Amino acid sequence: MTAGLWENWLLPGVWITIQLTLFSAVFAAVVAFGIGIARTSRLWIVRFLTGFYVEIFRGTSALVLMFWLFFVMPLAFGYQLVSMWAAVLALGLTYGAYGSEIVRGAIASVAPAQREAAIALSFTPAQRMRRVILPQAIPEMIPPFNNLLIELLKATALVSAVSVADITFAAQLSRLATGDSLEIYAIILVLYFVLAFVLTRLMRLLERRAKAGIGQAPVKSDKGPLVTRKLSARQESEQSSNIITGGAQ
Amino acid sequence: MTWNWDVAKDFLPELGRGLLITLEATALGSILAFALGLVWAMAFRSPTRFVRWPVAAVVEFIRNTPLLVQLFFFYYVLPTWDIKFSALTTGVIALGLHYSTYTAEVYRAGIDGVPKGQWEAATALSLSRGRTWTAVILPQAIRRVVPALGNYVIAMLKDSPMLALIGVVDMLQKARAEGASSFQYIEPYTMVGIAFIVIAYPASLLMRALERRLGH
Repeated sequence: MTAGLWENWLLPGVWITIQLTLFSAVFAAVVAFGIGIARTSRLWIVRFLTGFYVEIFRGTSALVLMFWLFFVMPLAFGYQLVSMWAAVLALGLTYGAYGSEIVRGAIASVAPAQREAAIALSFTPAQRMRRVILPQAIPEMIPPFNNLLIELLKATALVSAVSVADITFAAQLSRLATGDSLEIYAIILVLYFVLAFVLTRLMRLLERRAKAGIGQAPVKSDKGPLVTRKLSARQESEQSSNIITGGAQ
Repeated sequence: MTWNWDVAKDFLPELGRGLLITLEATALGSILAFALGLVWAMAFRSPTRFVRWPVAAVVEFIRNTPLLVQLFFFYYVLPTWDIKFSALTTGVIALGLHYSTYTAEVYRAGIDGVPKGQWEAATALSLSRGRTWTAVILPQAIRRVVPALGNYVIAMLKDSPMLALIGVVDMLQKARAEGASSFQYIEPYTMVGIAFIVIAYPASLLMRALERRLGH
């Protein structure tokens, strides 16, 4: 691989990937909290609509959604987003839908007595959420959010299919220019792995901080994998604990 | 919005043919992922760390890198080593390998969930290692993890459109071809999106029902 390709395409590609991950993560977090909290609403119509949103965006494929935003939206609504922002929108909407399940699960796992105590102290529902429920729910959310963030990082590779110049796109260009497939793709895979590793470490740090903030002992990192596993059809933390407790009598 | 029903009707047979390829890739990928995942999970329990550590490192690496890049890796690098597969086969290998690292965790949880007494009983009956796995541990472990494995089938279905990017003629590729030749983008892409929801949503309902049935 020649020096020019590395400086002109790969390094900017890494930067684009980092930016994409950051922006989509922020957008996805906003969606996740908005939808996740709205799903605990007392009004059935709010619960129904947010539930509908989650099923739609988890049901379809992120790549198909991205193609839809790129090719159909401009034709159907006469509105064309800059490719980078269309990508952020697609990733944020999809991973926000997955994230909302994490938020909902964590809110549901806060001890009911905490909620009752807040009602007894005549907190308003908003105060209850902001001062009692969320501060306890957020530390619970961090480990599953970590998994989701890694999934999001990996999904940013999809944007290369719609010509956003991220690492994967740079790799394709380099391959066309030099023909060194093995070398280039091996480098790219290692780059993604390093990014994932850094993200995981940062999230671990955040988790320790958050747990310490509400007076819980930081969990000793178990012998489990660096990042656990992919969120599939439903919230996985719940599922894995089910599997584990299912057999241990 | 200018939805044209004629275009939609013309695309429907194409969508059907693409769907068959999508389902084929998902089914073959699942079989590979289930088989390889079990291999990884059993290797994690190997008595020697010279097996455990390399396997853990490889699994960790595959899990933390994008499927799309792995797909390109196999598609462009394997032929340079004189290993030639069709695009679909390459896609199935990449999909199966990637998801095997997830199913390995599922199996591991299932195997850890088998009570220790079962291992001891197998030792007491002086069953061989092979018999212990096949006759005692796996039948108990796998039954419990079926719903979790099913969820990964759904996830694989949703990731299979990536195969279109190496030229597999699945639903997404059919839609891309349609758009490229006739500039009809709205109907094909929308129909592909709806097709995924129509398949994935009932499937995930089924998995939830199955989880309840198998009684956690």
